[in-house]
Amino acid sequence: MKKILTTPLSDEDIRDLRIGDVVYLTGRLVTCRDVAHRRLIELKRPLPVDLDRLAILHAGPIVRSLPGGRFEMVSIGPTTSMRMEKFEREFIRQTGVKMIIGKGGMGPETVAGCQEFTAVHAVFPGGCAVLAATQVEEIEGAEWHDLGMPETLWINRVNAFGPLIISIDSHGNNLFAENKATYNERKIPIVERICEQVRFIS
Amino acid sequence: MDTVSVKPSPAETLTDVMARFTAYIGKRLPNDVSDKLAQLRAKETKPLAKTVYESMADNQEAAKRLNRPSCQDTGIIQYFIKAGAKFPLLGELEDILRDATLAATKAGPLRHNAVETFDEKNTGTNTGRSIPWLDWEIVPDDDGATIDVYMAGVGCTLPGAAKVLMPGEGYEGVTKFVFDVITSYGVNACPPLLVGVGVSSSAEMAARLSKKAILREVGSHNANPNAAKMETLLEDGLNEIGIGPQGLSGNSSVMGVNIENSARHPSTIGVAVSTGCWAHRRGRIRIHADLSYEILSHKDAAL
Repeated sequence: MKKILTTPLSDEDIRDLRIGDVVYLTGRLVTCRDVAHRRLIELKRPLPVDLDRLAILHAGPIVRSLPGGRFEMVSIGPTTSMRMEKFEREFIRQTGVKMIIGKGGMGPETVAGCQEFTAVHAVFPGGCAVLAATQVEEIEGAEWHDLGMPETLWINRVNAFGPLIISIDSHGNNLFAENKATYNERKIPIVERICEQVRFIS
Repeated sequence: MDTVSVKPSPAETLTDVMARFTAYIGKRLPNDVSDKLAQLRAKETKPLAKTVYESMADNQEAAKRLNRPSCQDTGIIQYFIKAGAKFPLLGELEDILRDATLAATKAGPLRHNAVETFDEKNTGTNTGRSIPWLDWEIVPDDDGATIDVYMAGVGCTLPGAAKVLMPGEGYEGVTKFVFDVITSYGVNACPPLLVGVGVSSSAEMAARLSKKAILREVGSHNANPNAAKMETLLEDGLNEIGIGPQGLSGNSSVMGVNIENSARHPSTIGVAVSTGCWAHRRGRIRIHADLSYEILSHKDAAL
């Protein structure tokens, strides 16, 4: 059975989650990526959307404008989360966001932020942008249009958005860091073995 | 019956074909890639990895059903052109491909991804200074053109790396370089990846060849027996690491490793890696002198 979380998210919802868990999200999900992070943290411009207890998605979607100032979500896959690593801890502190959804892992600063302020990072399978768009019920609003289509803050109402794989939990665990350590360990004997077979300069 | 037909010019005809083909390749994966993904999915045993493969298949199905770009990041548009010296529209091709990008951006729709450097403004058209990016090869005594269209999202563009090794580091150094790039940056690049390796003399020579390598079919091999052997060794070795779809671990890491090479200076080995994500959106079209065309990468494609 699908485990579905609904916004606003409570600290209790978040503390229950462990790396590797698969969950789905219903409620409000706001896209937020490079420049929005930079504006809030480095340029100290307040965000035009209150993210307290909500979820953000590292994504730059393709959106179609509809008559009457409305929008249709065409394609919305996650983007590489690691680009937001330098901002995310402070971002969680300032906004009260509870779930950060993106692609690939994040680093120690985000782990620290998730632990301190009870939040998680989750992965939506990268490249699955149409699947994700079919889970967006409506675009409720958009802010900072001046950033262009990918960087605009798109405010989405989503229904069972996922699968979301928890990659950083609020207990200090980081799935990708653990995986990477395993991959790097496995790599050593494999590389040695191959090196013996590619001595083409002799 | 009085009918007035306004025939489009040859340049308009080709612009229209290339616009439709550019939009099309963002929606459907080429046959070699979708076949390989189906194989890897069938072999996968880990539950988390199976969940991800299932989402990937659902996504491609939804993209087809809804006629939408399968990934939101439709990249910077690149065209790799092998043009016959006698291709009738050789001189017009650059303008044609620029106009095709503009039209595909509206029709796809493609995401607006061209940001002018230094001005730091998104042009909103997917065109800009030297964008779309064109790579040219001229074929003597040919009157057609073969064009590869490629759109790579940022995820699989980020791992791109080139380095010039001392010859003492040998192909052992090449091996280490490939493994280091894939285990540190490949994990976030939407694996299973198609890994392109360029082995050459200088950084930019190797970099270009590494990109040409991922335009080659999945499962094809370099004509040089040593290079082909190294492709297999690297592919098997990377799969043994078990990076899995989305880096969440699984039974494989890559769709394949393709190596392209050139001769080198005796005192350097230039090596570069380019990666293609699982949604490896490329297409190959052959345009004949009379502007009829064949789509070589996608069976049963209708533009």
